[in-house]
Amino acid sequence: MRKVLKYVSLDILKNNIVFAYAIMLALFSWSAFGLEDNASKGILTVLNIILLTVPLVSVLFATIYVYNSSEFIELLVSHPVKRGMIWKALFTGLSSSLALAYLLGAGIPILLFADFYTAVMMIVTGIFLSVIFVAIAFLSSILTRDKAKGIGISVLLWLYFSLLFDGLVLFLFFQFADYPIEKAVVVLSALSPVDLCRILILLHLDVSAMLGHTGAVFKNFFGTDWGLILSFTILTLWVVIPFAISLKKFKRKDL
Amino acid sequence: MIEVKGISKRFGKLQVLNNINLELQKGECIALVGPNGCGKTTLIKSILGMVLPDKGDIFFNRKNIQNDNEYRNHIGYMPQIGRYPENMTIGQVIDMIKNIRNGKHREDDDLFRQFEIESMLFKKMRTLSGGTTQKVSATLAFMFSPQVLILDEPTAGLDPLAAHILKEKISTARRNGCLILITSHLLTELEDMVSQVIFMQEGNVILHKNTADLKEMTGSETLATSVIELLKTIPQ
Repeated sequence: MRKVLKYVSLDILKNNIVFAYAIMLALFSWSAFGLEDNASKGILTVLNIILLTVPLVSVLFATIYVYNSSEFIELLVSHPVKRGMIWKALFTGLSSSLALAYLLGAGIPILLFADFYTAVMMIVTGIFLSVIFVAIAFLSSILTRDKAKGIGISVLLWLYFSLLFDGLVLFLFFQFADYPIEKAVVVLSALSPVDLCRILILLHLDVSAMLGHTGAVFKNFFGTDWGLILSFTILTLWVVIPFAISLKKFKRKDL
Repeated sequence: MIEVKGISKRFGKLQVLNNINLELQKGECIALVGPNGCGKTTLIKSILGMVLPDKGDIFFNRKNIQNDNEYRNHIGYMPQIGRYPENMTIGQVIDMIKNIRNGKHREDDDLFRQFEIESMLFKKMRTLSGGTTQKVSATLAFMFSPQVLILDEPTAGLDPLAAHILKEKISTARRNGCLILITSHLLTELEDMVSQVIFMQEGNVILHKNTADLKEMTGSETLATSVIELLKTIPQ
């Protein structure tokens, strides 16, 4: 696996998109912190940017990269290399380089401007988001042979998790405003990794006090140690399940 | 050496391979012939584990190839259309394959020298012509002195000199006891090296015979004419 991983990583490093992504994140974060006089306002701005861009770039770049690696995969498969190993090496290479780009681009300014706990939480959830959306990209690129369709599926999934899902939750919230559905919302939020990450970070900020009753329910749940453990378990499952399905499909794929 | 037992493969509605049974012995040079789309490449890819058959098993030296990849150490494969990572140079591709193959084998750089790959090491795969790509494929297929050579349309796209070099190399490999499985439409080219013919049509093996027997059966002088005779006798 290490040998294959070496070639994958070298290839990704040669690809300027990952560098451009890191620089873009750095520009956004530095300017957001520089423009706001108050660091926690800056964090909110950075948070919103990150929650939109990190999943989008991760899912798109990974999908396109996997499709463009078809030749590489075909070449290796006719040699004594395990199929699973090729897929795992691609996944490790992509997720580690995107996570590294995030760490260098957004991680450094966050560490400098935010208080330590919030910063750690933002960095960890950001890395999780990168890896989760790489896993989702692997799943959508194994579902179809057609590159355009695969990219389409990826963009739709991003759209769903980043925008539509919130809309659905809000809709439910207003429809059932008369009922005590706060607990149901807690469960619902686990169904979207983006929302789960948003909640985890918001609870570390002072603004969570303004979220009212729901915020208190969230805090009661996600603020505890068990809540944290459970949230990170769910985030891990968001990585493991899509990737495991894609790996199983890849092992049976005709090249 | 390679045993194919009852493999079938279906792509959607199309039955590409239909219960194929074959036994390929060491030291033979076998021509796999048949009309376009008869399943030759799919059969080859099944042997390589690139296509997974719906039914049946393939054995390499009596070992089932399912869930095995080590057997590919003994196979040199030259694809019909070589597809390589576009951003890599020839040198990087060759280094990578050498590295992955672990250097367990004696390296054979005859084709590397004769095709003058050295002078092109820094060329990106994207920029290569079809013929040059074929040269790289051939170099890689022969590089690790494999026991089995699987060559899919090896001379298509090569210039006459390169084709000649490659044919010489195939003959040498055969003399050294290699099992060679070769598909080609240019039957006259295969004339003097082939010892057996497998004829496929619509996913079925129609016949698997020694060249001498085949010539006798069809009453022709050459391999090319006997295959044409065959094509005429078999109802389309």
